[in-house]
This record gives sequence, structure tokens and C-alpha cells, in this order.
Amino acid sequence: MRTEHTFRAKIRALTDGAATGLAVLATVLVVAPLVAIFVYLVYRGAVSLNWAFFTRNPVPVGESGGGMANSIVGSAILLGVGSLIGIPIGIAGGVFLAEFGRGTKLANAIRFTADVLNGVPSIVMGIAVYSLVVVPQGHFSAFSGGVALGIMMIPTVCRTTEEMLLMVPNAVREAALALGVPNWRSVLAITVRTASAGIITGCMLAFARVAGETAPLIFTAFGNVGWSEKLSEPIAALPMQIWVYATSPYDEWHRLAWAGALVLIVLIVLAVSLVRYVTSRGVLKGAS
Amino acid sequence: MPEIHLSQLQFEPEPVPQNGNCHLETVSSEAAQVREYLLSRGNSAIADRGFRWLMVLCALSIFGIVVLIATELVVRSKLAWGQFGLDFFYRAYTDTFTHKPMYWDPVNGHFSALPFLYGTLVSSFLALLLAVPLAIGVAVFLTEMCPRALRAPLAFITELLAAIPSVIYGLWAVFVLVPLLREHLNPWLIKGFGWTGFFGDDNPTGLGFLAAGIILAIMILPIISSLTREVMTAVPRSQREAVLALGATRWEMIRVGVLRNARIGIVGAIILGLGRALGETMAVAMVIGNNPQIQRSLLANGSTMSAVIANEFAEASSDLHLSALMELGLALFIVTIIVNAFARMLVWMVTRGTPSSVH
Repeated sequence: MRTEHTFRAKIRALTDGAATGLAVLATVLVVAPLVAIFVYLVYRGAVSLNWAFFTRNPVPVGESGGGMANSIVGSAILLGVGSLIGIPIGIAGGVFLAEFGRGTKLANAIRFTADVLNGVPSIVMGIAVYSLVVVPQGHFSAFSGGVALGIMMIPTVCRTTEEMLLMVPNAVREAALALGVPNWRSVLAITVRTASAGIITGCMLAFARVAGETAPLIFTAFGNVGWSEKLSEPIAALPMQIWVYATSPYDEWHRLAWAGALVLIVLIVLAVSLVRYVTSRGVLKGAS
Repeated sequence: MPEIHLSQLQFEPEPVPQNGNCHLETVSSEAAQVREYLLSRGNSAIADRGFRWLMVLCALSIFGIVVLIATELVVRSKLAWGQFGLDFFYRAYTDTFTHKPMYWDPVNGHFSALPFLYGTLVSSFLALLLAVPLAIGVAVFLTEMCPRALRAPLAFITELLAAIPSVIYGLWAVFVLVPLLREHLNPWLIKGFGWTGFFGDDNPTGLGFLAAGIILAIMILPIISSLTREVMTAVPRSQREAVLALGATRWEMIRVGVLRNARIGIVGAIILGLGRALGETMAVAMVIGNNPQIQRSLLANGSTMSAVIANEFAEASSDLHLSALMELGLALFIVTIIVNAFARMLVWMVTRGTPSSVH
């Protein structure tokens, strides 16, 4: 009896150790590819990056040099249009969910729809916007690409706005109302203002997420080898250009793809770190 | 000495107190009346009503977008649906000369979704097979074992993994992962396990289902592990303490006290990861080889629903071709909606009542 007991205890201790070891191993296996991707990306990107990358347009195959200036400008325009569409609608949706629709069936349904929209594959968004905007318009355009990105931003912005507004204490709302402030002003100037750091965080998160999207742009913004800043014309975008260059057989283009990837990832990591910094400092400073 | 069989103990999750701030119901009726009065007293009833309706309109536009996407996809895929009906999803055409099954032949106007369904399923399940144990391991380590100092940086790293764009994963896979598979892993697999038929040696490129599965696994890991962490932290502390008080080791505590209580949520997290994998496009399109065929070998080239749309949509040769691609998109849309809705429901069942985190 006694020996059996110590034997079982040993087995249990061993299992415990093995489980701990496996969990550590899993963590190492997950961290390893990330470190590998980052180190390789920074190495290849830093070697390839130069001033011309930011200032020059692509050159034909065979010539060396050239850059992705048009793609950088194109991405900025696309993201600008996307933000103009996605951020106001997203914030308004979040305000509805948190301020007007709390606990109602409609709000629950909208919250659920937003989550579902968040899960729709970006490629499906791309072909849907293609048939919604590009086909009636008759040609690919920067505008349609911006619409696709904007739609993809809405659910993230909406849900984070709602969550941030829910953290604002009711006392703040009641204080505003008691002073005779109309409801619309109390929402905009008091509640949204109080949660503004968190809401901006949500917008940046959505921005970072769509900044790297390629699939919805292939059939909307389409890409452009030259310089373009018109909303009605096809336009180049950084992630799309990385895709084109990565799948090409030319070394010079591979170099540009790595440089573009480094620029893109630096932008995204900056945004995500900023978000984390803001959220860790307390979203509602001075609210409670 | 009585034996304690920990595995026989059942725990019911205790009710978690609702976050009082977030629910109008908990506000006393008196306060609600005062609020009602204050709201109705204002002399800006028109502005208030207008503002309210504007917000409702914007919220409803989210509905509108989903409905618009669905109708556009249905309308544009009508041609292919009329031509092939349900056959599109399970039947192939036999070529009259070679007597081999033909799946996707834009030149002669034969379209079948079969190889793409197969490719999507194989690559996604391969990804789950690789990612799920790792993701749960990471979640267990981060919530239960990790030293406090390491927790924040490790969580940040997994968050970063989620923020890397698909196309950069693809770029890395094309130039690092695929050569690695081609030179080292694939020959080893063919030599060791070639007899099973899953690792044929007729594709020397290194591209294929296995490469797609591995890169997908890396991509869905963060979402599975962060959601698993969320449901694990939602398990009340008292559960852990109760199991520890019975003399359990740490692993027994995790298994009985945490994982068992969180299992529904973990399944939800896995299904959410599956939903992500099903729709992932760029990275897969770059490494799967883009060949519409059905082969048993995991090292063979294949294609997925999203990859074929990305590759062929811009240069579709005919209306029927375009329509067939639209129908693939519609199928993907419906499947991901069902998968996501189901997963959200499972996660919500576990985490409701605890304040949700932003991510």
C-alpha cells in the first residue's frame, strides 16, 4: 500500500513535470518562427532599403535601382479613403451600441453582425466590392479600394468604441444631463471625449489591420506601375506590390519586396506598440 | 489511506457577478426615472432625435453591408449556379480523350469546386493539427506557469504574430520555409513515411499542401492562443484553489480545474481559428502551388477556394468563369459565417459576465 502510494506520487510528479516541459516547448516553438521571421525580414529589408526606395517609381525589369514611391503614396491614399469611410461609421455604430441600444435585441443583432463581418475573408470582401463599385463604375479605381478597406475597418472600430464607452461611469453621463446639456452634446462632448484615448486606440488597431491587406485590393485598386494620385484611377499599394514582386522571378524585384515588407512591418509594429502603450497606461485617465 | 480520483470530481462553474456598470437593468428604477426626466426636459428634442437616428442609421449600415455583400455574390453567381447547380460542389467531368477527371477547365467551360474544397479543407485541417496543441500549450504556459516578468512580453509577441500581414508571411514562406521544406523536411518525410502514400516524391518544388498548412498554422496560432487565454482567465480562481486544496499537482489543477471548465470556450477558439484558416488568401496562394487537382500526397501542389479567386479573378476568360469564381466566393462567405457564428457563441457562453478585453 505504502509503496504503491509513493509510486503513484512519483508518476503524478513526473506527469506534472512533463506537462510543464511541453508547455514551455510549445511557447518556444511559437516564439521561434516569429523571431526567425523578424530577424530575416530586418536583415533582408535593411540590406535592400535605400533612399531611392522612398523617392523613385519602379523601373522596368533589367534596370537596377528604382523604388516604390508610388506604392507608398498609393497605400496612404487608400488608407485615407478607408479611414474616412470606416472610422465615422464605426464610431457611430459603437455609440449606438453603448449609448442608445444597450440590452435591446437590435443592439445584440448588430453586435453579432459586426463580429460576423469581422470574420468574412478579405478576398470575399474584395470580390463583393468589385461587383458593387468597380462594375457599375466600369473601371478599377483607388476609390473602390478605399471602400473595401473602409468596410473592413468598421467592425473593429465599432466594437472597440462600444467597449470603451461602456467603461465610462454612468455618473459622468448623469452629471452632464443634470446640468441641462442636451443628450447629443453630452454623448459627443462628455462620453466620447472621456473615452477618446481608447477609441483612437481602436481606430489605430483597425488601421494597422487593413494596412497590410492585399486580397481586397487586387480587384479594386488593381495596382499601377506608374505614379497616380487620382481616386478614379487604378492605384498601387504597398502590400499588393510586395505580392507582385515576391512571385516574380527577378532578384531585383525580390530585393524591393523585402524592403517593402520591412517598411510595412515597421509601420504596423509602431501602431500596435503605440496601442499597447496607450491601453497599458489606463484608457480612461481622469474619468473616474 | 483513501484514494482520491481527481478526474471523477465534477465542477460547476460558479455564477460570475455581472459588471454592474454595464447594464441598465441594475440601475435602480428611481435613477432611471430621473434620467428619463432629464432626457425629456431638454429643449433640443429635435437635435437629440436626429442624433439618435443618425447613430441608428450608421449601426444599421453594418447590417446593410452584410446583406449587400450576400446579394451581390448571389446575383453574380447565378450564371454558374444555373449551369451546374449543386453538381458544382461534388462532381467532376471526365475528359473524353484521356478519360481522366477534369475539374477546372476555363477553356472548355467546365467548372467544379471539388479540388478547391479539398485543398481548403486539407490545408486548414493540417494547420489546426499543427496549431492547436501549440496554442493551448502557450495559453497554459502564459496563464498558469509563466513568471510574471515574462508574461507581458510573451503576450505582446503573440499579439505581434497576429498583426503581421498575410503577404509578409507569404514572402517569408516563399524564400525561407519552402526552400527549407524542399532541401530538408520533404526528403526526410518521403524516405521515412513515403509508404503511407501521404508523402509522394513527384513534386520537387517544396510548394504544396504541407507548406500551406505550416504557414497557416503560424498565422492562426495567435488567435487560438489569445482566445484560449481569455477563456482560461475567465475560470474563477476558487476552482483552481479548490483543486489545489485537494492535493493536486499543478498539471492536475490545470487539467481538472481550468481546462475542463474552459473546454467549451477552447473549442470555440479552435473553430474561430478554423474560420480564419478557411478564408486566408495571400500566404496560401503564394505557397500552395496553384494546381486544381486532388491528390492524396500532402507534398503535391493544390489550390484553395480563396487562392483560385486571387489568382484568376482579374483575368477571368469568360462570364461563366467569373460567375464560377463568384460562386466559390459565396460558398466561402456562407461557410465562414456559419463557422464564425458558431465559434462566437461558444466563446460567449464561457466568457459572458467577465469584462471583455480589447483586441
